[in-house]
Amino acid sequence: MRTLVCVKRVPMTGGKMVLTADGQALETKHLGFTISPHEECAVEEAVRIGGEVVVLTLGPAEAEEQLRDCMAIGADRGILLKTSEEWDAQSTAGAIVDAIRGEEAFDLILFGNESADAAGFQVGIRVAHALGLPVVTGLKKIEVGEGRVRCERDVGGARDVYEAPLPAVLTVLEGLNLPRYPSVPGRLRAKSKPLAVVEPARPEQKLEKLRLVVPEGQGKQAEVLEDAAQVVAVMQSLGVA
Amino acid sequence: MILVYVDSDELSAQAVGFARTLGDLHAVTFAGPYQPTAWAKALAAQDADAIVAAGSDRGNELLAHVGAILDQPFAANVIAIDGDMVTRVRWGGSLLEEARLHGAPKLLTVAPHTQPAAEIGDVETLDAPDDGSPKVLERVEESSGGVSLRDAKVVVSGGRGVGSAEGFAIIEELAGLLGAAVGCSRVVTSAGWRPHADQVGQTGTKISADLYVACGISGATQHIAGAKGAKKILAINTDPEAPIFASADYAVIGDLHEVVPAISAELKRVRG
Repeated sequence: MRTLVCVKRVPMTGGKMVLTADGQALETKHLGFTISPHEECAVEEAVRIGGEVVVLTLGPAEAEEQLRDCMAIGADRGILLKTSEEWDAQSTAGAIVDAIRGEEAFDLILFGNESADAAGFQVGIRVAHALGLPVVTGLKKIEVGEGRVRCERDVGGARDVYEAPLPAVLTVLEGLNLPRYPSVPGRLRAKSKPLAVVEPARPEQKLEKLRLVVPEGQGKQAEVLEDAAQVVAVMQSLGVA
Repeated sequence: MILVYVDSDELSAQAVGFARTLGDLHAVTFAGPYQPTAWAKALAAQDADAIVAAGSDRGNELLAHVGAILDQPFAANVIAIDGDMVTRVRWGGSLLEEARLHGAPKLLTVAPHTQPAAEIGDVETLDAPDDGSPKVLERVEESSGGVSLRDAKVVVSGGRGVGSAEGFAIIEELAGLLGAAVGCSRVVTSAGWRPHADQVGQTGTKISADLYVACGISGATQHIAGAKGAKKILAINTDPEAPIFASADYAVIGDLHEVVPAISAELKRVRG
């Protein structure tokens, strides 16, 4: 079994969105970084499935930190597609496809259903089409069988069941599993695991980001309630108590 | 011609409302088990100036397939369009992106609950021959005990401030008195105090309650993305500077371990 997991470095945003002066990105001076929550579950699932696990990201040189985090919980090696700017989903998928073609074939290619930041909802699907592979998205359960994978997707009070032959591309959602925290020995081992760095050329952006904007109406002035009687009075006025 | 994919989802009526502002509308749907790749091939084969769907799980998935098939860019969760210029939602709605959408046909989905709904009108059912790609084989209904988080009229949620899995007893008591669903923040599910199905947030459930009661939740953008669909938010927190209060309509500055039982007691008292 060989599994590739594609992840994206994103800031841990906290309580408020603050942009850089040029409006091109979030101000991250005071923020830590992680990978998108759905992807944490993808990495955990790949490690549980077993076999060789390769983790790939497209991002800045600093994204090595996120690849090492994934290696600390069990991924065997990393591929960093090093970029200096944000890439749109279409060109991201193209670079990932090029990287996959340079590798021995994978049985499973896992993505988060959408990234936490740009949320384009499409990189995994584009990669599947380019490689001629079946794809199932939005999964909260994966069972790998002999040459096949059975998967389930929540659809509001029910679960839709799909099956796909391997190799396949799957995109997953948080809730698929409860990701482990990296252990100290895991972190130490991760430091010496292999990491390949490639610098792809950035194609013309067809969904061309011009600027980011913080939406209006994020600074409400809440009415302060002093005691339980006032709270219940509000609930009654809203017709819920 | 603006091609719109619709299904029984209420978001489809909003997508139609948005698409109608772009030109002559042709609404289409499919019959039989959901088969995203095959359905997208049928959509991609239509001669359209734009292909639009709701920013639902299916809408985003289908349009991503169409984008891949046609090798064209796709803008997910758009709230405004003017020629090539689109404004779309990032970070679950905490941030907007202004972008130029090159290429044709224009492929986009409409961000949920940002547009008025419209009458859908005539809908053509397109043929989508089974191409052997993955499709829904069966639908397993889940026997749900209690109120569904997504549809609940009231949601009472706990965050890090609750302190433990056992701490949720007072949250559950209040929820029981209000006929509410119990929710929680991501910290809580990551700690294993509650199942992920209870998580309100960008990567959990997006609620649409009349009242959301947030207890001991600081109000990270990840959480607000799931909570802001509520008509009113009441936040209970010891920290008057907690970001949750910037999204709240009502604030109680205090310890949830005292405030929540006091609200439950008061509800019982007024009900006699």
